[in-house]
Amino acid sequence: MTKSKEQLEAENPIEHYLRMDRIPHIWCSGCGIGVVVTSFADALRKSNIDMDKLAVVSGIGCTGRVAGYVKLDSFHSTHGRAIPFATGLKLANPEMKVVVFSGDGDIFGIGGNHFIHAARRNMDILVICVNNFNYAMTGGQVAATSPIDANLSTAPYGNFEYPFSLPYLADACGATYVARWTVLHLRQVTMSIQEALGKRGFSLIEVIAPCVTLYARRNRLGDGLNLLKYYHDNSEVRHGADTRTLDISYQGKLAVGKFIDREKPTFLECMNNHMIKVLGDKYVPYGVKP
Amino acid sequence: MTIPFGNLKPKKGKIHINKNRCKGCGFCVEYCPRDVLELSEEFNVKGYHSPSVKDEGNCCYCQLCEAICPEFSIFVTLKEEEEEGEKSESRP
Amino acid sequence: MKKVKADPKGVLTGAHYLDGDFAIAEGALAAGCRFFAGYPITPSTETAERFAERIPYVGGMFIQMEDEIASITALIGAAWGGKKAMTVTSGPGFSLMMENIGLACMMEAPLVIANVQRGGPSTGLPTLVGQGDMMQVRWGSHGDYQIIALSPDSPQECFDLTIQAFNLSEIYRVPVFIMTDECVGHMHEKVVIPPAEKIEIVERKWYEGPKDKYLPYKPDKDLVPFMVKAGDGYRFHTTGLTHDERGYPVINAECQDWNVRHLSDKITHNADKIIKYEEDQTENADVVVVSYGITSRVAYRAVQLARKAGLKIGTLRLVTVWPFPEKRIQELAKKVKAFVVPELNLGQMAKEVERSSAGQAPVLPVTHCGGWVHNPEDIFIAIKEAAK
Repeated sequence: MTKSKEQLEAENPIEHYLRMDRIPHIWCSGCGIGVVVTSFADALRKSNIDMDKLAVVSGIGCTGRVAGYVKLDSFHSTHGRAIPFATGLKLANPEMKVVVFSGDGDIFGIGGNHFIHAARRNMDILVICVNNFNYAMTGGQVAATSPIDANLSTAPYGNFEYPFSLPYLADACGATYVARWTVLHLRQVTMSIQEALGKRGFSLIEVIAPCVTLYARRNRLGDGLNLLKYYHDNSEVRHGADTRTLDISYQGKLAVGKFIDREKPTFLECMNNHMIKVLGDKYVPYGVKP
Repeated sequence: MTIPFGNLKPKKGKIHINKNRCKGCGFCVEYCPRDVLELSEEFNVKGYHSPSVKDEGNCCYCQLCEAICPEFSIFVTLKEEEEEGEKSESRP
Repeated sequence: MKKVKADPKGVLTGAHYLDGDFAIAEGALAAGCRFFAGYPITPSTETAERFAERIPYVGGMFIQMEDEIASITALIGAAWGGKKAMTVTSGPGFSLMMENIGLACMMEAPLVIANVQRGGPSTGLPTLVGQGDMMQVRWGSHGDYQIIALSPDSPQECFDLTIQAFNLSEIYRVPVFIMTDECVGHMHEKVVIPPAEKIEIVERKWYEGPKDKYLPYKPDKDLVPFMVKAGDGYRFHTTGLTHDERGYPVINAECQDWNVRHLSDKITHNADKIIKYEEDQTENADVVVVSYGITSRVAYRAVQLARKAGLKIGTLRLVTVWPFPEKRIQELAKKVKAFVVPELNLGQMAKEVERSSAGQAPVLPVTHCGGWVHNPEDIFIAIKEAAK
């Protein structure tokens, strides 16, 4: 904690969205998570959303700490279980907008099963996945998203496993909004979050972020600025691209953009429509606005 | 620098830096489109070099530094210019 | 805590012929449970099926999750969404739930989990009775924490104790377990469901003070903090990490001490209000038979035989299994010759009886690995042995 308190002439507008009693945060110098949080706060501001009705659920990991810093009803659950937690929260209180803000290892490693089922059901939640290609908090272990040949602490001779392509996985499971950006695409991340918040259904926004202390250090990729330069030089915006073509090779091209944006009834809509059809007047509708 | 285009004038920003919250990542300095910032020679309390304003007159209030900072420690407010007589059409 | 009347929509008033599993579902609906997230597992599936059939007419949410881990986690989310939430499972699913049972305790989320026990360990005997999870319910998750566990011995008690389980979970903001077994779960008996106005339901302590002064984990006089739900503008944070009154993680020994002792004291300091048991003829007994669940009914037959043979036998049936009635066992241990503890396991609650009697009276466990109930003769032999 810094000892000297600086008196600035104005208040940083983002402080309205943060638990300032917990800032400065724990993320490293050059880490991309803070940038995603800033883009998220910007999306909240621009979309004029009722912040009392927005909840953030995080898992465990560096990105999992996001829940602790945002000034919303926020929940820091167990490793990989942010999505079922969000499911329970959303279904118990359908008027809430629930955002899962967690990392690639948390959501797609241990949480993989929960991801595919929530997407399958078209649960009305937004998943913001910060992808830094490793399990950073625990020291940079290999993850389901690590590219082949990357060096990680549990793949010390280089990763040889095939990684997931997150947009492909989300598309295959039935997600209705899928986008991928890097942290450098500040305004696009904000725009995607705004779009997804205004949509009903299961949304995934993957944001590729630098991990300076682990992924970049182990692979001698430099610091945050070097990784941002890599994103700058290698990302290609390919809106609507076929999700089968979005693999990321080690330090290779990054296809970014909005890949999927479709309409499909959500879980609750399906449930209510179906039950009304089958049970008629006897059915007591759940979670529908009067 | 003025662009002669009727009464429109470019916006100017006033930059606020929370030196001690900064972790010296350098993103704001690198991506400022007008090269307004530089890393300070001084250390902050944590031992990082925070940004300092090289040339505030050049700031065009794009707020990119504010958006890209991972530490919530730099932001830009609109500098209201005092003008005599003239009203700018860019401000309602 | 607020006492309210049951919502008549969920109360199936009348006399019914139900099995234990169904009675649990009816008890949940009567108690105001409107959120069920579960996963099918024999012999508990009937509870989920009954809930799924009934809830569209009552109004609420039933969702079959992808596994038991998702089920318990969804319950915690639902509790924070303001709902009374429940799941049912058996041994293998129970083991899967352990991590997030710890999360529920840490977050102080009220919820109810029914474990219709079957023969274990591992896949064991999916369709046959067991009582082998009694220690697991108390110690299954990592770290120090306290829970409440009830043990019904009949479908009627399944109904009654489910309502009590919800009430206890709301009062103490703790997961409450209904430790029934396959026999009671699949046994059909008469279950009388009273009219809604006769059923006493408890709501959790809702915070009603100023929003900016809310501290999610500040204990009240009864050691239970006030609760809110997401969406009401309190902007609270809650975590599974060791936390302080604000709900913010604080990673040091002092906060750990405060946090963990609070979770424990919340139950232990209120144990006298929570513990329930049924005693019969223990006043001048030579031997007291301590039992619970289906075994208590089998033991009753053995006790009848023993009393006919002239022995002075008392019975103590545990209704609350955890917190364990140590004080009562301690008192009885001073007066009786021995305890007999029949269980469908290799001696789990027997160890608690032994610990509580502190050497003042020996404990004879009557073990049985499950798959069937005891032969009353075996318990009778143990009673005779104990009476010597």
